[in-house]
This record gives sequence, C-alpha cells and structure tokens, in this order.
Amino acid sequence: MTKFLQTLMDGVAVGSLYALIALGYTMVYGTLQFINFAHSDVFVLGAWVSYTLAVVLGYAASGSHPPLWAGLLILVAAMATCGAVGFTIERLAYRPLRQAPRLNVLITAIGVSLLLQNVGQLKWFFGTQPQRMPSLIEDRVLGTVAGVSMHAVDVIGAGTAIALMLVLEWLIFRTRLGRAMRAVSHDTAVASLMGINVDAVISFTFVLGSSLAAAAGFLYAMKYPGLNQPAHATWVLLGLKAFVAAVIGGIGNVRGAMLGGFLIALIELFGAAYLSPHLRDIYVFSILIIVLLVRPAGILGTSVAEKV
Amino acid sequence: MKPTRAFISLLLLGMVGCGGGGDKGGAAPAASGTVLIGHYGSMTGSEATFGQSTDNGIRLAIKEVNAAGGVKGRMVELKTYDDQGKSQEAGTAVTRLITDDKVVAVLGEVASSLSLAGGRVAQQYGVPMISPSSTNPQVTQIGDKIFRVCFLDPFQGWVEAKFARETLKANTAAILYDQGQAYSKGLAQYFKEAFTQMGGTITTEQAFTGGDQDFSAQLTTIRQTNPDVILVPGYYTEAGNVAIQVRKLGIKAPLLGGDGWDSTQLAAIGKEAIEGSYFSNHYSFQEKRPEVENFVSKYETAHGQKPDGLAALGYDAARLLFDAMGRAPSWDGTALAKAIAETKDFPGVTGKITIDPERNAKKSAVVVKMEGGIPVYVTTIEPPQ
Repeated sequence: MTKFLQTLMDGVAVGSLYALIALGYTMVYGTLQFINFAHSDVFVLGAWVSYTLAVVLGYAASGSHPPLWAGLLILVAAMATCGAVGFTIERLAYRPLRQAPRLNVLITAIGVSLLLQNVGQLKWFFGTQPQRMPSLIEDRVLGTVAGVSMHAVDVIGAGTAIALMLVLEWLIFRTRLGRAMRAVSHDTAVASLMGINVDAVISFTFVLGSSLAAAAGFLYAMKYPGLNQPAHATWVLLGLKAFVAAVIGGIGNVRGAMLGGFLIALIELFGAAYLSPHLRDIYVFSILIIVLLVRPAGILGTSVAEKV
Repeated sequence: MKPTRAFISLLLLGMVGCGGGGDKGGAAPAASGTVLIGHYGSMTGSEATFGQSTDNGIRLAIKEVNAAGGVKGRMVELKTYDDQGKSQEAGTAVTRLITDDKVVAVLGEVASSLSLAGGRVAQQYGVPMISPSSTNPQVTQIGDKIFRVCFLDPFQGWVEAKFARETLKANTAAILYDQGQAYSKGLAQYFKEAFTQMGGTITTEQAFTGGDQDFSAQLTTIRQTNPDVILVPGYYTEAGNVAIQVRKLGIKAPLLGGDGWDSTQLAAIGKEAIEGSYFSNHYSFQEKRPEVENFVSKYETAHGQKPDGLAALGYDAARLLFDAMGRAPSWDGTALAKAIAETKDFPGVTGKITIDPERNAKKSAVVVKMEGGIPVYVTTIEPPQ
C-alpha cells in the first residue's frame, strides 16, 4: 500500500511537469501545425535561469531558506525571461517562414534547438558543469499517509503546476484572447478575415507556451535539484516524453496534453515500480505506439477540427 | 518524429562539437624537434571534470619532461580533443589524432565505454594507447596496443565489498547501477560476487539508464529491503542526484561508490546529502607518501586546486609513456607498445606500476569518506596476494 501511494504521488508530481511542457508543444501545433522542436530547450532554459537567479539573489548557501515570495519571484522572472525568448524565437526564426513549406520550419526548429543547447553550454551562460539548484522551499514533511511522507516541495510543485493549468484553461475557454487563439487554430485565414490579428495571437501563443515551459523548468529544478548541463541527454529524454504526452492526448488539444502528461507519468512510474525499472522508457513509447495504432488522433484528438 | 529528431540533434551536435573540439584548431603537423602525443577526453559534458583533470595532469607531466630536456632530446607536445563524454565522438577523436595529427601514442579515456570506443580505433591503426583510469576489464582486452595504469573493477568491487563487510560491518547491501555504462554494470557485478562470498546478502539490485533523473521507483524498492549500505557505482553527477533522493526518502544507510565519484562536483551537487558516504579511489591527496606530497604541491601551483585521482592518473600515464619512449629503440607502434609492456616498478603518484601480461596494472586502492565537502582519507586496501 505504501508503495502504491508513493508511486501514485510521484506519478502526479512528474505528470504535472510533463503536462506543463506538453502544453507548449500542443498549443504551437494547434495554431501553426508544426512541432516546435526548440520547446524542450526553452524548458531547460527555464530551469537554468531559475538556478542563475537563485544564485545571483544569494540563496545558494545551504541551510538558509528564503521567504516563499522569493521562490515566487524567481518563478515569475523565469517565466518572463522564457516568454521573451519564445517571442524572439517566433519573431526571428519562424515568422519569416510563415509561407514557406512546413519542412523548412521544422528544420529551422531543429536549428534553434541546437543553438539554445550550445549557447547554454558557453562559459558566460550556464557552462558545462552540472550544478545544484539552491532549495527555495524548506523541505518539510507536511504529513504522513500510510507510511508515505508528503514533502512540501512535491505538494507545492504539483499545486503550482495544476494552478497554472487551471489559469490556462480559463484563458483559452473564457477570455476573448482565448477565443481568438481557438479561432486561429481552427482556421487562420478566416480568423484574419474576422479581424483577428493573427501575428499577435501566434506571438502570444509562443509567449504562453514558453512561460509554461519555464514554470515546468523551475518546478523540475525544485524537485530534482541536481541540474544537468544544458545539452545533457536527460533533457532530451524529458522533452521527448512531454512530446509523447502531447501526441497521446491528441496534439493540438490543450486538455489532451494535460491528460497525456499525467497518463504517461503514471504508466512510467507504475511500470517502473511494479514491473521493472529497467524498461521505464519502453512503457512510455509502447503506449505511444498503441495509441497511434488505435486512435491516431490521440485520446482527445477528435475534438480538433480537421484542417487541410 | 521525435526519435528521429533526437538522433538528428545528436548527429548535428556531434558535428558542431567537432568543429570546436580542437585544442588550437587545425591539424598542424608536429614541427621537427618536437614529438606529438594525443589525448581524448570529456572536456565538456556531464563528466567534464574527468577530462579536464586528466588533461591538467598530463600537461603537468609534459611541462616537467620538457623542462628536463624532453624525451631523447625532443620536446613533447600535446594535442587534446574533446569527446563530450560520447562514445561516437571518442572514436572520431582518436581517428583524428592518429590520421590527421600523426601522434605517436594516445592517452585516454576515463570512462570505460569511451575507452572501448577509442581503443578499437587505436588498435586498428596500431598506435599504442594508455588509458589512465578506465577500470573495466574489457578495455585492455581489445588488443596488444591498449594499456592502462589503474586497477581493475574486479579488484575495486572486492575492495568495496571488503570495506563494507569489515569496516562498516554491513550484512546487507542494495545496488543501484547505470545499465547503460560498462563501468557501472561491471562494478555492480564484481561487488555482488565479492560481497556474497564474504557472507553478506544483496537485498536488491536496481538499475537506471543514464539520463534518468527520477530514481523514486528504484529507491522505494530499496527502502523496503532496508539494507545496511547502498552501492551506487555510477559517475558523480548521478551519484549526487541519487544521494539527494535517497535522503529525501528518509533512507539513512551510507552510500558506497567507486572512482567514478571522484570530482569536486560530487559535493557541489550532493551537498549535505552526500556527507558520510564512502568511495574507493586510486589515491587520496591526503596520503602521507613523498610522491603524493610532491605531486600535490606542484599541481596546486600549476592549476590552483587539489588534484583528484584522475589528475594523478593522467600524470602517471603520461610519465609512464615518456619513460617507455625513452627506452624504446624507435617510436613506431610495435616498438613503443613493447617498451610500455616492459614497464616494471615505475614509481607513480598512485603507487608502483608494473604492466602485467594482460597490459593492466596491479595496485592498491584507498577508501575515502565525504566530510565537509571534501573526500577524507580513510584507509588503504592492498590487493590480495
């Protein structure tokens, strides 16, 4: 029972991170119908910007715990930085190719991804060494349920992620801007005829997706404080799994991305705990294959309008 | 789509890496009067301190030999290529060293998987290679041109088992290893054999894949078996991450590692979580031997930090190579390999080095304990007679 609950809790914590990253993949796909391969690198940037800010603000000393607002400040600053980076990427790399064949954009995305990875490794950015993220939240055990300790870091992390997803849900389905996003995603040409500023909406989508990725990066660094260097295989694998989450949920579908994130995290961790931890990546990718065979559009994929 | 992307990224990354990997750029042929030797190592990447320390050690040895008039009157020059800790890069780096730069011998790598990749290339071209610190037995089994100056994992696993049984009085042990690393898998296996032979019990063996960041599933299982000690035979980045999660789950048992833990970054990542854990190593800078004291002071003057085990082995490998070059009648692959193979009782910083018929070195090991962010010398364990 302890093992089941522990795994369930870890699954929700990891799943909320996958979901946050998957949202960025899915939103960009929804509006532009292309996979933004640089997205997982924006996530990495979010984690490393959080680390840099925490060190600059002097929270690196072990044992000292900054007030809660400091963590919040770093989270917001990281989201703003990555939002700006996302905006710049779209403006400089993708917008000039708006009318070009989709393959060109795809290859550009790979180029942007490599650029971010390699610039991140430069001495005057983050360097090539793994670093320890200072702890911004005091790691208290909030309570013990059936032998499973609930850590403050995990609870606050998952809580923040879920809160962000609720805000996004509200933004997309309850605001004018959200309606504009949905309209652009539905049919760009008609949306622009209806007086929607398509460029602005697409820019906003990138800013939104990138800042969610930054939030995921921050929460990831809180949960796993040993940060690998920006081009490490860890990040590639994480981005890959978040992408799988977006596809499983139905790429282009915001709720699907959230569902997919939690689903693959639970499958991965329960598989690792009860079957064999050696094959954890295989569970994730087998699910991808099964979903693609049975429901090629993804679990919630049907709700997306077909666009030719 | 995505797997293809990862592959392409890696491929392109590799190309980018190659472009900037050269030490001075371009393949300048050795000027007359100098002799070129090659080094390939992880100067960047997640094992970056391995390559950097080794390179520092080699450069110190070269400075000394050149100050003393060079080898047979010729100045030694070093060419270093970065393999970023990737096997495919290691092969490319060694090919470049041999075909472009025409080095007489190659030094490297630290990680056994990378030495295996680079060693196959060196053997194919018939150029001698000395691995300073790859401990997996397979490395020197590649062929007659591949040597090493460090002990092997069967011995290291035995040392750890002996230390766990006799010093830590552990009856049970759990293992968490990296299934993607020859070094980690081998060491886990040798520890298990030795530990059970000494009457201990392995409670569980768990694996992860390099790049995994979440060990909660494996550690939850380990916690259930309540072992006296946990063996984590990986590299320092993972060891630090594992330590953080071990303590978070409330596991109190000390962690035990191998020479792959030897890096200043271990304490930087693991911080308080790694305190009180032990690892076996090739030497400790706190050892009270004249060779060690002499080397530590020279290294600190040159590089401004305490030399880790990899720096010491890099230094030893380079000096042993110069010694063999001094004895060899010519510097072609066969003659040089013969001279290296004949090395006997070479006084290294990490102990006396005699190359055995399997091209390995038989040496003692030390065990150190992480205290206050530095590895503190605990004991020396001699090989069984």
